[in-house]
Amino acid sequence: MDQLSVSDINMILDTADSLMEISSRDIKKVPTLRGKSIVNFFYEPSTRTKASFEMAAKRLSADTLSLSATDSSMVKGETLIDTARNLQAMNPDIIILRHSSSGAPHLLARYVDAGIINAGDGMHEHPTQALLDLFTIRKKKGRIKGLKVVIIGDIAHSRVARSDIIGLRKMGAEVTVSGPPTMIPVDAESLGVKVVLDPAKAIKGKDVIMVLRIQLERQGRILFPSLREYSIFFGLNQELIRRAKKDVIIMHPGPINRGVEITGDLADGPFSVILDQVSNGVAIRMALLYLLIGGG
Amino acid sequence: MITWIKGGEVIDTHSKTKKTLDIVIKKGKIERLLPPGNYNPPKDIDVKTIDASGMIVTPGLIDMHVHMREPGEEYKETIATGSQSAAAGGFTAVACMPNTNPINDSRSVTEFILERARKANLIRVYPVAAISMGSRSESLTEFGDLKQAGAVAVSDDGRPVTSSELMRRAIEYARFFGLPVISHCEDIDLSNRGVMHEGTISTKLGLQGIPAASEEIMVVREILLAKLTGYPVHIAHVSTEGSVKFIKQAKEEGISVTSETAPHYFSLDHRAVIDFDTNAKMYPPLREPRDVKAIRRGLSQGVIDVIATDHAPHSPIEKDVEFDKAAFGIIGLETALPLTLALVREGVMDLPEAIAKLSYNPASILSIKGGIIEEGKEADLTIIDLNKEYVVEKESFRSKSHNSPFVGVEMKGKAVLTMVGGGIVWESDEFNPRS
Ligand SMILES: [Zn+2]
Ligand SMILES: [Zn+2]
Repeated sequence: MDQLSVSDINMILDTADSLMEISSRDIKKVPTLRGKSIVNFFYEPSTRTKASFEMAAKRLSADTLSLSATDSSMVKGETLIDTARNLQAMNPDIIILRHSSSGAPHLLARYVDAGIINAGDGMHEHPTQALLDLFTIRKKKGRIKGLKVVIIGDIAHSRVARSDIIGLRKMGAEVTVSGPPTMIPVDAESLGVKVVLDPAKAIKGKDVIMVLRIQLERQGRILFPSLREYSIFFGLNQELIRRAKKDVIIMHPGPINRGVEITGDLADGPFSVILDQVSNGVAIRMALLYLLIGGG
Repeated sequence: MITWIKGGEVIDTHSKTKKTLDIVIKKGKIERLLPPGNYNPPKDIDVKTIDASGMIVTPGLIDMHVHMREPGEEYKETIATGSQSAAAGGFTAVACMPNTNPINDSRSVTEFILERARKANLIRVYPVAAISMGSRSESLTEFGDLKQAGAVAVSDDGRPVTSSELMRRAIEYARFFGLPVISHCEDIDLSNRGVMHEGTISTKLGLQGIPAASEEIMVVREILLAKLTGYPVHIAHVSTEGSVKFIKQAKEEGISVTSETAPHYFSLDHRAVIDFDTNAKMYPPLREPRDVKAIRRGLSQGVIDVIATDHAPHSPIEKDVEFDKAAFGIIGLETALPLTLALVREGVMDLPEAIAKLSYNPASILSIKGGIIEEGKEADLTIIDLNKEYVVEKESFRSKSHNSPFVGVEMKGKAVLTMVGGGIVWESDEFNPRS
């Protein structure tokens, strides 16, 4: 997201808008990317993002090849650069990379000619998630500029939060981050956000609430003591939501921990746009593939 | 044979002055120091003349913190290549840290290192032995035996001594043998697998941060242990404003601590990591501009006694990988002098003071010879061209490794000739002073 300009972002969102139509057809497929090859290179398990990219590629008729961390060579300790060189030899048009190390796409880009789409790198960025979030907000609210957005959860260790913050700030939204102090990065203000630790206060008057997934296995018992306590003090529930604007939307990058960061009724309720995010994700990824290699 | 170095400006690291002097060298020792025009060489002996006019002549530079990687990681550096790198950087002596494979925790490893250094036959190599067996912070190494074998100090560098009790006993025990104790200050728990300085850049890049406090907690511990034991501790690679403050305070209170910093800590800050450049990854990490300022102040006020490189060679296997998987450390022997000279030009220190931090001060902390130009002393000398301008090139490194964040950077000032015990161990191609 750091590398995209406001006009880039607008172009991607506009393209996604026009491609949305394909997904509503009976035959959800156009020949735009016939003959193009796309490698889905997932160093880290991810069902959703991978499925979303595969769906996007198929709807545009591209050939896709998927590699995942369980495939032999990566487990055997082949370096990212070696793998990159092997991929380069296959001459793909685009490599979609998901990796557990921040900066991995930057490293890969130095060794391959193909275009690279970052499908999430470590705690750094998850730009396609941010784009689909922006797309969802724009569709629901008609604009992004001037909106008040709060992101609640483990901001420090979340690539989704980082990319959303950059995207939202670029598009002129006001962003507040909220959650236990152990999950707020140092110098968070340097990202251009306000920090309001208590969600009860942070939610006040907001147009958009983004809730991040909480994982005890990942965050250990050092950042917070228990899921139970987290849900009491930092989880989103019916009572808190009343403090937001009446037409607030609730977003979540999935998968949801019902009863932890958000109550089940809110996730399924009228404010939730969580399922829209999923279908918008396919459109955004189609738009990116189209813009990168569909131009002729 | 006699070597006659004519007309150079000679740095006196003791009185912190410089004077134009001729140096006459015989049998590896400085025989005479005298004003130009006063020396009449004997007719019956071969005299080699080196015209050093327009050049600076300093005591051979001494780097008290390098990683030679031998034994165990010879693909990164050997004592021979490390010695070449040192000589090319103007260093006539280095102290090498014990985190080799095996770790230098026994007489046999210390003797092996010295044997290799003798074979390389270039510069003086002083082994630093481990404090604890395997640097595991569990039990002490045999300080006495190691000293007799040739170790000049003890340190678990590469790792901190995690047990405060063991560190206390190490300092007490080292006192009996007069061995300096060098501390790599890091609270491993607080570093929490961090890979760069914790601050705005780590927040932006989503990289796990190492807070300044991780270093400072240990600096304060070592100061308190130096006070408790009444014996000095030397703090390695100081990188933060807080460390400088605590060391300054300790010195003012009369607690005997000494400290060193490395050129990258006064030349670069954490912004160097912005493109995930693994050549900007080291421990301690590059800090913030305010820390860089504090390090410079620490150097100018004498809080920091020594400039040492923490020369840490790594191959592309360790460095051409994802940032969080890359090894910590950069090479430094061939860039330390020009980076220090840049500080002199900026007025942080005068030249004699800067040279003292690169020679006299480390020599006195380690109680090794060198660091001063005096009649009767070993002829370990470095001739420096302050005005030589060049760009650092990967290919020109004498070190076996090239992991430097200064590749492509313009430098001014260079060692053009390095002499150990009267013998020339390095001479720049462009320096042709024979008359
Ligand atoms: Zn160290
Ligand atoms: Zn070191």
